[in-house]
Amino acid sequence: MRRGLVIGGLAVATLSCLSRLGQAAEVVLWHSYRAGEMEALDRTVDRFRHEHPDTKVRVLAVPYGAYQQKLISAIPAGHGPDLFIAAHDQLGDMIRRELIEPVPAALASAQFLDETLRPLAVGAVQGIAAGAAGPATPGRSWGWPMAFKTLVLFYRTDLVATPPATTDGMIEIAHALTRPGRFGLAYNLAEFYFHAPWYFGSGAELLSADGLSARIESEAAAASGAFLRRLVLEERVVPTDANGALVTEMFNRGQVAMVVNGPWFISEIDRGVPWKIATLPRMSASDRPARPLLTVEGLFVAKGRATPETVGLAEALVSDSAARIRALEGGQPVANRAAYDDPEVAARSVLGTFRAQLEQTVPMPTAPLVALLWEPLNEALRQISRGALAPKVAFAAAASRVRVLNQPLPESESAAPFVLGLLLLLCGALAVAVWRRPPRFVARLLAARAAYAFLLPTAIGMTLLVAVPFLMGLGLGFFAFGPGEVRFVGFANFVSIITAAEYPVTHPLSFYFTLVVTVLWTVANVLLHVGIGFALALLLSPAWLKGRGLFRVLLILPWTIPNYITALVFKGLFNAQFGAVNAVLVALGLSPVGWFDGFWPAFAANVVTNVWLGFPFMMVTLLGALQAIPQDLYDAARVDGAGAWQRFVGVTLPQVGPALLPAVILGTIWTFNMFNIVFLVSEGQPEGSTDILVTEAYRWAFVRNGRYGYAAAYSTIIFVILVLYSLVTRRLVAPRSEARV
Amino acid sequence: MSRPRLLLRLAAYGVLVLTALVVLSPIYAVLVMAFSRAPGFSVVVAPDWSTFTLDHVKGFLSTHDAEGRWLFGRQLLNSVVVSGGATLVGVLFATSAGYAFSRFKFPGHRAGMVGFLVTQMFPGTMMIVPLYLIINALGLVDTVAGLVAVYATTALPFCVWMLKGYFDTIPIDLDEAALIDGASRVRVFYQVLLPLARPAIAVTALFSFLGAWNEFILAATLLSREEKFTLPVTLYRHIGAYGADWGAFAAGSIIVSIPVCVLFLFLERHLVGGLSAGAVK
Repeated sequence: MRRGLVIGGLAVATLSCLSRLGQAAEVVLWHSYRAGEMEALDRTVDRFRHEHPDTKVRVLAVPYGAYQQKLISAIPAGHGPDLFIAAHDQLGDMIRRELIEPVPAALASAQFLDETLRPLAVGAVQGIAAGAAGPATPGRSWGWPMAFKTLVLFYRTDLVATPPATTDGMIEIAHALTRPGRFGLAYNLAEFYFHAPWYFGSGAELLSADGLSARIESEAAAASGAFLRRLVLEERVVPTDANGALVTEMFNRGQVAMVVNGPWFISEIDRGVPWKIATLPRMSASDRPARPLLTVEGLFVAKGRATPETVGLAEALVSDSAARIRALEGGQPVANRAAYDDPEVAARSVLGTFRAQLEQTVPMPTAPLVALLWEPLNEALRQISRGALAPKVAFAAAASRVRVLNQPLPESESAAPFVLGLLLLLCGALAVAVWRRPPRFVARLLAARAAYAFLLPTAIGMTLLVAVPFLMGLGLGFFAFGPGEVRFVGFANFVSIITAAEYPVTHPLSFYFTLVVTVLWTVANVLLHVGIGFALALLLSPAWLKGRGLFRVLLILPWTIPNYITALVFKGLFNAQFGAVNAVLVALGLSPVGWFDGFWPAFAANVVTNVWLGFPFMMVTLLGALQAIPQDLYDAARVDGAGAWQRFVGVTLPQVGPALLPAVILGTIWTFNMFNIVFLVSEGQPEGSTDILVTEAYRWAFVRNGRYGYAAAYSTIIFVILVLYSLVTRRLVAPRSEARV
Repeated sequence: MSRPRLLLRLAAYGVLVLTALVVLSPIYAVLVMAFSRAPGFSVVVAPDWSTFTLDHVKGFLSTHDAEGRWLFGRQLLNSVVVSGGATLVGVLFATSAGYAFSRFKFPGHRAGMVGFLVTQMFPGTMMIVPLYLIINALGLVDTVAGLVAVYATTALPFCVWMLKGYFDTIPIDLDEAALIDGASRVRVFYQVLLPLARPAIAVTALFSFLGAWNEFILAATLLSREEKFTLPVTLYRHIGAYGADWGAFAAGSIIVSIPVCVLFLFLERHLVGGLSAGAVK
């Protein structure tokens, strides 16, 4: 009895403890760090937990690929974090979407390096409506600087004794080390981020001071292009087709002696490789230091979450002692001044080198316009490095492309006539439906009760989770999203796409050019999917085949591997200098192909990848259908004297038709909208010509300046095209798809 | 069934082996990446055994969170629950809808079939934010139910079309015979048609399962607790803003793919066998 009381008392005590725990303030922190940076961050959070047992901290590491979408969706819905880590170049977008609050207290420049404070300062964000960006107040910041990322020169000490001080010196060293299969220097040529040191070192700039116009067409820009041309085409010391993963691989194998890369590269270097880093060399032509872009990683407070606990955690995470942990354990170039005075940090020459490079950097611009520049600039770099255009011409072409992309937002329109029109249209449609209703409509509706009962669950699910978001997406097409504003623009987006007045039909940005490419892409893929899938299904059907199950499983493997990784493997296979496909061509005595330099080879590479991914689906569908054909149909045909081909045409084809048809129609639609392959394999190269409609729509929404309305209009047009397609096919197959009973 | 001549049979084996080799070579590249200490995208003929490591696989299998819980186990369970749930709900809804479209004629029949197709035509990337708003309005953010609902409905259009097409090939006489015998519509559906439609159900189940199993953007957007994540979310954690851990990503891809292969091995028996053919006779 007494024991019962004790237990009861304990239970009450535990419960009350638990409920008090439930009331403890919880601070949620999101980030997309990985590996060492993540572990070091977790350490600093653990330390905070230890020191503040009343504050509960929940950390969530989100995949980078979904990070932006997640922040955009979750914060306004109230399911977001209190604190999150993001790069400062997202600031413009985050302010525009009202995702963040400025830091409540002014930040001390004694604690943080000036170069890292400046890009986060309130008022520093260009091209945003003044009200949203806030007046410049000394010390006021949008976020706490945590760390910075920029480029330095990595070199293998077994190949390079002393790092070059000038670019001429760098070329000289590289020249001495370059021989077949080996290069003196490597970096990702196709991305402007890696060209930026030479670009700013030549004295060129990206934007005007107000952030409202592009400045990429200049003598200085052309000079940086000439330097690129010299590296790749004249001295031939840099491989032309080396992306990030390949640069790492070559450096680890000693096939390349110097690499221009950032702090993340450190964790990719093999343990056995002797290496050091140095600040980037001075540009010999301009006699200025090479200046890479700078990205500051800030800790931001989500809108409305600036509680004392949140601020407390933030201040603990950016404290000097936490910064020391991140620097030492995560290898992170941190933003705190004091960290670099620490003897242990000072002993790591790597962090000191990044600190020294920081003084010669250009902060990544935050003006919305800058998002439009990357694509044309990357294109210009590719054209220069494959010798297609002279540097000056290439940058001029990029500038004109920026002008085309940067159309002013359409005029705002009154929504009233559209709402009225929509209502009238709906009423009209309803009236017509009632007027033209089939005879005994209500009676038939009631008679089909059973059918509706079978349909009900599907109908509810589809309406809620497919139809409603779909209509919302459709509606977006009538709006335009500008810096700090959203306006209703009626049909302006659609008109702009359909008329395609800014460029000739043969221009890759023209809607019609992309449409033709998309149709070609779809037809080629679906034919090959069905052809190969059918052939394999037939081969795998007969009962005499031994190891049927094994072959079936082997052949559906492409379907099971996430297509992201296979797309990247295929991109590697098609690499011009190091890919297996060209190696086979050379072994056969043929000349290698620059797969992504011309439209047809790049298109072919995309199709091969997608066929590899897509045929198992058709194969499995057809296997199921083939199994359902009654054997006696074949026996009867055989008795009638039909040969193998006649049996195929007369029995197999008509019998698999009902199952093949939906697969083909849906396969067409999916291929039409197949995003990953085109986006990852050819990346639209060359000059965006292999882009299909859906990748183009994506670029408008997420790559170029956040033109969501334009992208939604694009999507709506894709939708209309596919509806027309399905109407045509339905007419063609109407007799067969009629309902039975 | 007669066996073709030996030569033809050999040719068939030859074609199959050759195709399998071509198909498997990129997967071989992924395997080499997964087990190499210095993974790269250039394809090698013979793997370099001196760089062989199990670290990537071990790393992926042994993730733990701050409280020491075995995350891989939990996330595997989440993936199974979410994908299994989506498959179950999807196939259940789709068979009944497919049956309705195949066996009844009713106002809205054509519109409904076209409607399913139409939903596949709007690019998915533009739907994420609106979809989040709906799931939020339903109070299903950060729940397994929300994710199951989304995955099941995404797979529905294909499943309904597939099953409707398959039901159409099953002679209506079978239903009518059963109805005359006094069976209800629901019994005809469950006891006559469903068993006959096994191959098609296997295909649609595989399709729904795969779609849910490999998806990561919606899962990462809708779920906000590490112990509730599905496996692909953890898999894509290895690709960062700067650079990626390709070895870990490749190893994870292979581990994530294994259950799907097992599932296919299991379903394969249902695809084979001509069960329906026998019953229809």
